[in-house]
Amino acid sequence: MDKSINSKKFHLNKTTRSNLITYGMVIAAYIIVQILVNGGHVTSLMKGLLVPLCIYSIMAVSLNLTVGILGELSLGHAGFMCVGAFSSSLFSLLMLETIPNAGIRFFLAILVGAASAAVAGIIVGIPVLRLRGDYLAIVTLAFGEIIKNVVNVIYLGKDSRGLHISLKNATELNLEEGGQIIINGAMGITGTPKNATFTIGVILILITLFIVLNLINSRSGRAIMSVRDNRIAAESIGINITKYKLMAFAISASLAGVAGVLYSHNLSSLTATQKNFGYNQSIMILVFVVLGGIGNIRGSIISAVILTLLPELLRGFNTYRMLIYAIVLIVMMIFNWAPALIDFRKRHSLKRYFSKNTEEKEAS
Amino acid sequence: MMSFISYFINGLSLGSVYAIIALGYTMVYGIAKMLNFAHGDVIMIGGYVVFTVVSTMGLPPLAAILVAVIVCTVLGITIEKVAYRPLRMASPLAVLITAIGVSYLLQNIALLVFGSNPKSFTSVVSVPALKLAGGKLTISGETIVTIVTCIIIMIGLTTFIKKTKAGQAMLAVSEDKGAAQLMGINVDGTIALTFAIGSALAAIAGALLCSAYPTLTPYTGSMPGIKAFVAAVFGGIGSIPGAFLGGLLLGVIENLSKAYISSQLSDAIVFAVLIVVLLVKPTGILGKKINEKV
Amino acid sequence: MKKSMKKLAGLGLTLAMAAALTACGGGDKTTETTAGKAAETAAAGETTAGSTAEGTYKLGAIGPITGSTAIYGQAVKNGAELAVNEINAAGGIGGVQIEYNYQDDEGDTEKAVNAYNTLKDWDMQMLVGTVTSAPCIAVGAESSNDNMFQLTPSGSAVDCAKFDNQFRVCFSDPNQGAASAQYIGEHKLATKIAIIYDSSDVYSSGIHDKFLSEAANQGLEIVADEAFTADNNTNFSVQIQKAQDSGAELVFLPIYYSQASLILAQAKQMGFETQFFGCDGLDGLLTVENFDTTLAEDVMLLTPFAADAQDDLTVKFVTAYQEKYGEIPNQFAADAYDAVYAIKAAAEKGGVTPDMDASTICDILKVSMTEISINGLTGENMKWSADGEPDKAPKAVKIVDGVYTAM
Repeated sequence: MDKSINSKKFHLNKTTRSNLITYGMVIAAYIIVQILVNGGHVTSLMKGLLVPLCIYSIMAVSLNLTVGILGELSLGHAGFMCVGAFSSSLFSLLMLETIPNAGIRFFLAILVGAASAAVAGIIVGIPVLRLRGDYLAIVTLAFGEIIKNVVNVIYLGKDSRGLHISLKNATELNLEEGGQIIINGAMGITGTPKNATFTIGVILILITLFIVLNLINSRSGRAIMSVRDNRIAAESIGINITKYKLMAFAISASLAGVAGVLYSHNLSSLTATQKNFGYNQSIMILVFVVLGGIGNIRGSIISAVILTLLPELLRGFNTYRMLIYAIVLIVMMIFNWAPALIDFRKRHSLKRYFSKNTEEKEAS
Repeated sequence: MMSFISYFINGLSLGSVYAIIALGYTMVYGIAKMLNFAHGDVIMIGGYVVFTVVSTMGLPPLAAILVAVIVCTVLGITIEKVAYRPLRMASPLAVLITAIGVSYLLQNIALLVFGSNPKSFTSVVSVPALKLAGGKLTISGETIVTIVTCIIIMIGLTTFIKKTKAGQAMLAVSEDKGAAQLMGINVDGTIALTFAIGSALAAIAGALLCSAYPTLTPYTGSMPGIKAFVAAVFGGIGSIPGAFLGGLLLGVIENLSKAYISSQLSDAIVFAVLIVVLLVKPTGILGKKINEKV
Repeated sequence: MKKSMKKLAGLGLTLAMAAALTACGGGDKTTETTAGKAAETAAAGETTAGSTAEGTYKLGAIGPITGSTAIYGQAVKNGAELAVNEINAAGGIGGVQIEYNYQDDEGDTEKAVNAYNTLKDWDMQMLVGTVTSAPCIAVGAESSNDNMFQLTPSGSAVDCAKFDNQFRVCFSDPNQGAASAQYIGEHKLATKIAIIYDSSDVYSSGIHDKFLSEAANQGLEIVADEAFTADNNTNFSVQIQKAQDSGAELVFLPIYYSQASLILAQAKQMGFETQFFGCDGLDGLLTVENFDTTLAEDVMLLTPFAADAQDDLTVKFVTAYQEKYGEIPNQFAADAYDAVYAIKAAAEKGGVTPDMDASTICDILKVSMTEISINGLTGENMKWSADGEPDKAPKAVKIVDGVYTAM
């Protein structure tokens, strides 16, 4: 009796401890980087990569919520990033004069991006979450492509008469003299203020972690995971499946939207291409999640960081760069996931000797 | 009306290419339960092989296709053996990501070997164009050959699976790997055979794709690959007639929406139709309904 | 089982963490050196220059050499490299050798900024790039911040020359759109016009939009206006059919040659014979490997560069390029070649020395760029205005018997 309470306490502590390690890791990384930056030890390339690292970390954590916690494969996550990026960029440009304070404007832009991505998440989620497995995956891929495709044909201009929108071309906007085209179809949005900084990025990572980790350990989170583990059983004990699925999906989408806000406020030219918001990007994010461990939030961040840095560090190889990247990816996947290799690592891991004791304890 | 027929026929031609690619997707999915994202890139390699053989060795197109079929078959088996087999028992997601890695690998190898400049593909088809209705309606030779080939392959595959031992083994493996093994079926061999057939089809698809749309770059296969994947899901993934039907429908819908709605939004429309179909029939048009048990 | 899996995951993580920490902590230093070293080796591999006593100029360049726009980036890489080698062989800029370093941006804005930062770490003094428009705009925001001189060979969107440190060699998109409409109107080539363009491409839609508005002034009637996108750029049957049905006398193709070669082939398949007219993007059509040049018969294009022009400069360039890279250069290569020579001219005019930092050089070049006039591959007496636009005249050429013929 006593023992069981003890072990339960121990268990709780373990989760909290693991969460604390995750937060600590991010904060420590932040402090180390800040010290190095202030000491002038960081190259321009690394400095330029700091915000993208935050973006992809948030994306990876957010997708892990869908893939790992909710247990649904999404291949269209970059679509939500796209929604967040464009809506917030649009907001920032329209409010450039109305709200001169960059801090407040950017804060609001983040909210706008998160909210619009969440709305997109709900719109996509309602039909999509009725499907299962690979069918759900293909539909999310389809939605991601639709979002990208539609964004590419939006023309939006502003003049003294107000906003004009067209789905054909810029000439059809019929802008007055001095009117300004804000979204110019495939040319996208240019001139978004560069508000994203590493500090803001890290704060957003921490907020993302806070939301996701708390969700996992909450009543709702357990409900979501019960749906993942056994849908029918969960349903039979009265869990409202649609509600919890939709909730997780919308949160995940809005976090991706936040990453999109960072993305668009880090570059002055925003276009929706296959490379940044297409299925290629969605799959790249999925790679982070799978490599970091499905359901493992800390792993997502680590693998996002490593895999974003990797192609940049390979620049010296010139034209062979992406080839090496592909090979590294395949090898890492086989090494991490192949049952034969997992066995091999198990037999030869040092940790086995250390953990033997605890394992016995837990077993009892 | 003439133009409608013409849009429709061109859509069928596009759809037949999708269908051949989708057949490869669907077979591999049905048996290995994995989405082989590298399939589109095997098509690209097939295209390059045909191109190289025709332009450097001067062999006739049919011989070139044969060479491409052999190269792609070997490639498919190798990929399966090296990259996918070690992960057979792992999470399907891990295999998916590995497939993506293979896809990048093939693209970048092609980029290094053949360069980024597009190659203009000489059509492997020598059938003359068909002129109907007093010349108002032209059906190109490529269209005719693609559609006919697609039908032949479809029938051939169905017969192969129904009538041969190897085909029956495939069916058994796709139903239940464990049970199939207990019945003495060589599961590894059957899966390898599936990859071989899928890749051989990819080579043919590559030759036809590049004949109808005569350009060849290292990225030629990726978009048709994705579209064919959609087509396979559309028709019910794992089902061979489904892939055929899905491919044709996809091509026709794409072309008609380009013609009558918007050429910029045609992809969005195709995907939207897919979503609607899946909502009505969650396992695709010809997909089997799977009952879930606790 | 489940538990041991978890443990394993934990173990994997610790390992990954350790790796990440070493990469991060002691890390930034190591990355710095490896990146620096790598860039140096890359540079050393690409230049024939040995450093001289007076130092060298560090010339950076950015463009895609992987990804779907790699054709253009590869051409720029080669064209600029050829110019650098020539200049170095002839003694360099004012007697100082050039070091050349080309970085891949995959045609992506984010990667372009990474490439730019990599070059900054290499202590780049002047930048040729970027090749494609959207990345060029993104890099422009950074380079204007750093006051780094930037000359893009082919970034043709209006915003590519937005800041005072940005210049370009190619025409801007609106400029080409207007010029095309005027040319068609003035030479009465046709009155009924169909357009097929790539709405997802900045270059193509930029020309298209201006062409539309200018066509109205020229009394041209647009009977079909059909778009395609980068995701759907192999099957043109619908667009061609619509152009055919509309009774167009001329089809305007403000697109790149790789798609144009497909359109021409498919038009032939569909039995559509008409006059095709394009811009500088069509240059390169005849050099597509294995392309049936009879398909391009009678195609007209406005281009500042023609690979088979007979003037000495072009002949010399094309021969050298073919010898080194085994293919016929396109307009991108020519633009890049001119870009390097323009930088040379401007640097010599302004009296730049290699010990100056990038910002000082930029301030000098901003002024001296507007004072030079060079005879390049893409135009005679090219001059630049302070807003970064080149002043040169496009040549109209027609393809006759598989070669360009002046019109």
